[in-house]
Amino acid sequence: MSSVDTVAAPTIGITSTTRHGGVFARQLRSELRLVFRRRRNLAMLVVLGAIPILIGTAVKVSTPRPGEGGPAFIGQLTNNGLFLAFTALTICLPVFLPLAIAVVCGDAIAGEASTGTLRYLLTVPVSRTRLLLVKSLGALTYVAAAITLVALVGMLTGLALFGSHGVTLLSGDTIPFASGLGRAVGVVIFVFIDLLGLAALAFFLSTLTEVPIGAMAGTVALVIAFAVLDSVPQLGSFRGILLTHHWLDYGDLLRSGYSITSLAHSLLVPISYTAIFASAAWAKMTSADITS
Amino acid sequence: MTAIVAAPDDGAPAEPSEPIAPESLAVKTVGLTRRFGAHVAVNDVNLQVPRGAVFGFLGPNGSGKTTTIRLLLGLMTPHAGSVEVLGGAVPARASEVLAHVGTLVEGPAFHPYLSGRDNLRRLDAFDATTDPRTSKQRVATALDRVGLSAAARKNYRRYSLGMKQRLGIAAALLRPRDLLILDEPTNGLDPQGTREVRTLIRELAADGATVLVSSHLLAEIEQVASHVGIMSAGRLLRQGSLADVLQGANTQLRIETTNVDDALRVLAGLGLDAEQGQSGQGKGSLLAKMGDLTADRINAALVSAGVPVHGLRVERPALEDFFVQLTGEGFDVVR
Repeated sequence: MSSVDTVAAPTIGITSTTRHGGVFARQLRSELRLVFRRRRNLAMLVVLGAIPILIGTAVKVSTPRPGEGGPAFIGQLTNNGLFLAFTALTICLPVFLPLAIAVVCGDAIAGEASTGTLRYLLTVPVSRTRLLLVKSLGALTYVAAAITLVALVGMLTGLALFGSHGVTLLSGDTIPFASGLGRAVGVVIFVFIDLLGLAALAFFLSTLTEVPIGAMAGTVALVIAFAVLDSVPQLGSFRGILLTHHWLDYGDLLRSGYSITSLAHSLLVPISYTAIFASAAWAKMTSADITS
Repeated sequence: MTAIVAAPDDGAPAEPSEPIAPESLAVKTVGLTRRFGAHVAVNDVNLQVPRGAVFGFLGPNGSGKTTTIRLLLGLMTPHAGSVEVLGGAVPARASEVLAHVGTLVEGPAFHPYLSGRDNLRRLDAFDATTDPRTSKQRVATALDRVGLSAAARKNYRRYSLGMKQRLGIAAALLRPRDLLILDEPTNGLDPQGTREVRTLIRELAADGATVLVSSHLLAEIEQVASHVGIMSAGRLLRQGSLADVLQGANTQLRIETTNVDDALRVLAGLGLDAEQGQSGQGKGSLLAKMGDLTADRINAALVSAGVPVHGLRVERPALEDFFVQLTGEGFDVVR
């Protein structure tokens, strides 16, 4: 029997693989470059950064006469610049920040699946758990950057427009600017944990689909559904388990006698959401067939 | 001889007559099965790709080639059977094994708003076994190898189909590999590009790598493959060295003689089907299915019966004819 047997000697084994140090850092750097160089994501940061400037300017131009309505925060604005940071976060929290999170976190896995790059990353190979970790850390860095940006631009604009006197809290007491700054950091951390729950939800939806816009729209729809349900008083204590119910509880940090336990209690909801949906995303990611 | 010859006639799945030692196989699947609902996409496939071979993986659209490849790469899990790639079980040891496997699966896929070079750098960055200090160099070499150096900084989105395909091949060649799994590598390439890919496959094989290349361009495969496997409707119909697989095809003997009638009688006596071909100038031409007989035996029988034999030629079908013979003529997707 004639055969074109080009079978080489079976000596070609698996050549040795040395793992190089700093692998995780290298992967994360690559992911951050991807997230922060994408024009869409940068445009969202520009919009978020513009919001505190707009609010500050509007308030400065039309300074409300004392005793003339407006939310409690807005009234405090003219007293101290730092309050612009709180105001900007409060205005961005219901819609703008969730939208940015829906886009970036919803895109994390579904986006790679839709471009087909997911299969090539996995055959590099990268373990699925590692990939989910790198993708989520990349997106969470973006979330943290977005929140910090709003707070920072708010603070700087506020200081420029309204100065840096002692900070008068909602409870009426005045504290020095430095401790006001400390409370601002506390607010930023609180908001980040609030949004962590939403990010986990978006990641989970992102593992379910190959259509990124589906995961994004799903996340936004859920935020709206939470808000709608939260406004129905008949639902009573059920509303306590809605992700958005305690989102604004950081207002306590702006009163003199805030209670750490009550703040921690408020954060229990987003932390639970994070645990549940991060686990679900991991379970889905590590078991799914990659057909994209 | 380590030939893997399939039973020649029936449509039963290929059964290796002489199983080769597992350590000399780059890819080995046993009873690999994968369903999608009621539809069995991959049905009891026992794929054996010898190390160092250029294995042409053939089959009509929807025959289960790509699903098989996805199973080989651990992108999907089988419902039955096992996969071994380079001696390691997949998906259990996929993270060790896949670093040595370069892949192009179902076309190239990259981030559209990154340049070709940045896309490769991203893949390189995710490889835990490469040295970050030489990343730039690896990427440049891979781009150069597929002729994309000039377009390295261009956004992937602006690449032509052929350029995208080249970038996909470059990604598979980012580092030396022991096995390359290339799904339709010449898709969208111009004739020069197709030739280059062919040359590239030969080079890779010459360097000792095993290449599993799926294609439906059979003439293409016939030129580079040492081995082939043919899939249809989820089953692996044939596999083995190209020569052995084609041996199982219907080889025909063309006989030129002035005495067609006697020749037909002799052939019928040997139990062979023959039909009269074109004839001219007092000569007759016959086409006989050879079955298990060799040309010299048939010739001896003709001569001893007094049939003048003017010409004798063995006609082996091209891979394409054999392929159509096995997988059916119709244009319709099987399922």
